[in-house]
Formats: sequence, C-alpha cells, structure tokens
Amino acid sequence: MSLLELRGVTRRFGGLAAVSNITAHVDTGELVGLIGPNGAGKTTLFNLLTGVYAPSEGAVVFDGRDTRGMRPCRIAALGIARTFQNIRLFRELTALQNVKVAVNLRARASLFSAVIDTMGQRADDARLEALARECLTAMGLEHVGDNRSCDLPYGLQRRLEISRALATRPKLLLLDEPAAGMNPFEKQDLMQLIRTVQTTFNVTVLLIEHDMKVVMGICKRIYVLDYGQLIAEGTPAEIRANPKVIAAYLGEETI
Amino acid sequence: MRWLALRTLTVLGCLAALAVVSKLLSANLDTYVFLVVIQCGVAMTLAASLNLINGITGQFSIGHAGFYAAGAYVGAAWTVLWQPIVVRHVPLLQLGAPVGDTLTLLIAIVVGAAAAAVAGVVVGLPSLRLRGDYLAIVTLGFGEVIRVVILNIDAVGGARGLTGIPTLVGSGDLAFFWVFGLVLAVVALSRNLMRTTRGLTWLAVREDEIAADAMGVDTTRVKVSAFVVGSAFAGVAGVMYAHYFTSISPDVFGMDMSIIITTMVVLGGTGSVSGSLLAAIVLTALPEFLRFMQDYRMVIFSTMLVVVMLTRPQGMFGHGEISFAKLKQLFGRRAAGGAKP
Repeated sequence: MSLLELRGVTRRFGGLAAVSNITAHVDTGELVGLIGPNGAGKTTLFNLLTGVYAPSEGAVVFDGRDTRGMRPCRIAALGIARTFQNIRLFRELTALQNVKVAVNLRARASLFSAVIDTMGQRADDARLEALARECLTAMGLEHVGDNRSCDLPYGLQRRLEISRALATRPKLLLLDEPAAGMNPFEKQDLMQLIRTVQTTFNVTVLLIEHDMKVVMGICKRIYVLDYGQLIAEGTPAEIRANPKVIAAYLGEETI
Repeated sequence: MRWLALRTLTVLGCLAALAVVSKLLSANLDTYVFLVVIQCGVAMTLAASLNLINGITGQFSIGHAGFYAAGAYVGAAWTVLWQPIVVRHVPLLQLGAPVGDTLTLLIAIVVGAAAAAVAGVVVGLPSLRLRGDYLAIVTLGFGEVIRVVILNIDAVGGARGLTGIPTLVGSGDLAFFWVFGLVLAVVALSRNLMRTTRGLTWLAVREDEIAADAMGVDTTRVKVSAFVVGSAFAGVAGVMYAHYFTSISPDVFGMDMSIIITTMVVLGGTGSVSGSLLAAIVLTALPEFLRFMQDYRMVIFSTMLVVVMLTRPQGMFGHGEISFAKLKQLFGRRAAGGAKP
C-alpha cells in the first residue's frame, strides 16, 4: 500500500498553476527523488504535502488519511517531517534545543506539569533529551549540541535540519535540497548519510534535488516536474533517456 | 514522595526567607523608600509577565496596561462591591479580620487573574493572524479599549476612579510578602518554562513560526497560552496595586503605562527574565531617586534610556540571564586577565 498518495493535486496562485493535476505515490520504505528545473513547483508540492498550503483541487492522502484542512502541526503529528530549502532553524537556540523542540511530539508530560516542575515531568524530560541526542548523533552532530545553531557552519546547519526532522519520528521524511550549496564530495557524503539514516530510522524519504547526478545515485524511482506538471516518472536510467526530461533541462532543439 | 517533601520544603523555605526579608525591610526602610520598593515589585511582575508574551514567545504585544487594569478593577470590584453582598447572604463566610481578609484577597487574586486571562484570550486570538507591528497596533488599541470601557462604568467610579479599597495586602511587611511572593511565582514559572523541553516550544514560536509548526508545535495553542498566562500575572499585579494603594483610576492604566512596561522588557533584553526584572527596578526607582534634580529629572532619565539603547541595542542582558556560573566565569577571567603582566 502506498504511504503517500497524491490524487490530482493542483495549486493555483491567482492565474498561475504552480502545481497542476499531479497524481503520484510514495510507497513505504522507498527513497524517491523529485527533480525539476528552477520554479518547477517542487517546493510548492512540499508545502502542499505538509499543509502550509491547501490544494486548490485534488487530495493528498497520507497513511490512508485525507490531510485536507489539517494544519501543519497535525500533519507533522501524523508522521510527515520536512526540511527547508532556505534553512529555517531556531537560530538563537542551541543545536540540541532545536532537536528538542521537535521531540516534543513524543512528550507525555503536559505544559502544566512542566511549569510546576513535577517529578514525572523531569523523568519525561530526561527521556526526551536522550531521544534528541540520538537524533543528533545519527547526523554526526553529537559534538556541537551546545552550540547556537546560527553559529554552526552551513553544512552542519543542513544536517541539523535533517536531525530535527527525524526527531519527530516521521514515517515520511521530505528533504528539500539538503545538499544545496555543497561541493560534490560533501554531497556524496550527505547522500550516504541519508541512506544510512533511512534504514536506521526506518523512514520513507522523498528527496528534492537539483543535481541530477546526486539523485540518480541513490533513488530507485524519480519523478520529474516541469512548469508544475509531472512530465516523467521512472528509474534513473529511464529518466536519463526521456526526451521530455532532456528538453526540460537542456532546452529543445529548434529546427 | 521524596520529591514532594523536597518541593514543599523548598517552597516553605522561600516563603520563610521572604518573610524574614519583609520584616527586616519594613522595619528599617523609611516609608517613602518602602513605597518605592513595593512599586518596584509590582513593576517587576508586570515586566516579567510581558516578557513571557513578548520576549519568550515573541508576540510583540504593547498593551499590557490593559490586562493590568482588568485585574485591578475586577479584583477591587470584588472586594468593594461584591464581597459584602456575598458575605451578607452567606453567614458561614463572616470570618474574623485576618482570616476573612486573606480569603477575600485570595478570591480577589483569582477573579482578577481570571478577568485578565479572558482579556488575554481576546487579544491572543488576533495574534494568530497578525504578527510584528500589526499585532502591536492591535494590542495597543485593545489596551486602550479596556481603559475606555472602565472609564464609562459608573459602578467603579468612571473617571473619578475607585476609592476606598481596603488595604487587604497590608501596609508593612505583609505587603512586601504578598507582592514579592508574586514576583517569585512569575520568575519560577518563567524559569521552569525555559528549562524544560515543553517550554522550548514557546521559544521555537519566537524563532521561526513556520518551522515550529512543521515540527509539530501547535503554534496557536502556544500563542494563546502565552497571552493567557502573561495577562493573568499582570492581572494579579493589578490586584496587588489596588489593595495596596487603596484607590485606582483609569488614567493610571493609560498608554504611557503600556509603553513603560514594554520599555522594561526591551531595555532588559527581550527574552531575559533577569533583564526584565532589573529594568523594572531601574525604570521605577530611577525617576523617584532623581527627584532632587527637579525639572531636569525626566530629561536625565530619557537620556539614560537613549544611551543604554545606543550602546546595547539588544538590551542590557540580550537573551542571557544572570547566573552564578556566569558571574564566576566573568570574575575568574577578570582575575586571570589582571594577573598577566
């Protein structure tokens, strides 16, 4: 059964259809790539999946549930976590605190017990901190836990975003250009790490990436978006040979 | 069980210490200075409670005097207008002075807090759609609305104000005990909040609302909670004020009061509890102690504010707090630096 299903999803901004009539699916355990040129609608699609935007038409079904009308925090609680293309960390908080915010979804103690500082709350806090540290370690950030997140180097900030998303214990992890701005070696490292994390955390991944080479390396299945339309779907080899994809990326031959 | 015993002991210890300090101060300070100290306590509560909304949750609210007024008026209305009626009809409540007065004050605190909290919800709701300067305008306007409504209620004296409120808070050491007990409560709450994982969600809303939402933080709930808790404490500060100074009038709770409370939070360093407290003391005590300068008083006061903001735009403490560890570090470094040739 599909974990995530998009049924004819469309999103219009005024007269512009940023995403138009997309039908796609992601199965449990997959690592699916989503590629496309600038402005193709990839991030808009992520915003639709996470409830930042509501679809103008169509439906997003996650884990058998229609997520229409749900607020982002509800959808996060259902099990979709994301990273942001333009890094959105809680800048003044430390790396560990960033992850702890996300780990709250698994908290048992109430806000009231936090405020009056009960025993049960302390035990719960210790448990949550352990979970948060686990997520930091998974992304190789255990040494920078006490650094303010805005002081971290760029590459680590990107990793921290993934770590924070993992802390919500998602079923589906949406990564929005996690390797943007990295050199080819760093990209390879990161992709390796993503693959490791995928198995250890047992999470399904949908990955936006600009760089075709990177996606081709780790994704078994790829969707290609152009001008808000789904123009191709298939294995890396199929995508590479698809004339529509080549046209979208390289431009068409004019005769 | 051990925890409960320890906690009870801590609370009792704090109260005992507070009682001793109250006795000492009320015995040794002259009446005028003591009055200023009480005013500082009320201001500290106001600043720390606004800091919960403005500093910790990042919702730029600048109409705090409205909540302060709601608490003061509803609390005083209970004591002056409703309590005598209730007591007349319920003979069981006709208690002697110390017990009866304390009970009346406690109920005044509860109704004052509740009234301010309701006002907090009403303002908190627009905060779900507005942010930054737009929210500021709404909160400022709402604060004025509360004042104008009070101005037009004859039962609480309208523009003349409500007078003849019994000094339930007491005048000497008891007043200090109540007012600074309240300060301790709001500080303890802020501190616990900022130390726990749950409390981090409030800071996350300040830092990045969209990211917080995506990480499963119910931002609506956080923002409304912050407004409710912050305004409830302001309401209790109002109850204290009313039952200490025995008369209140709408002009005490005007826009300038809102601005002063906001200034305390900004000057202290938005988000810093200790900063808010210190700024509250400075902004309350300084104008009083500069009185010997007569006409130049406010000039000097304003100049000092400008100088502080120019030299430390992030406020006196930034996001930081006073802590013994940091003080030790600071003095340790000083000593080490001094030892070098």
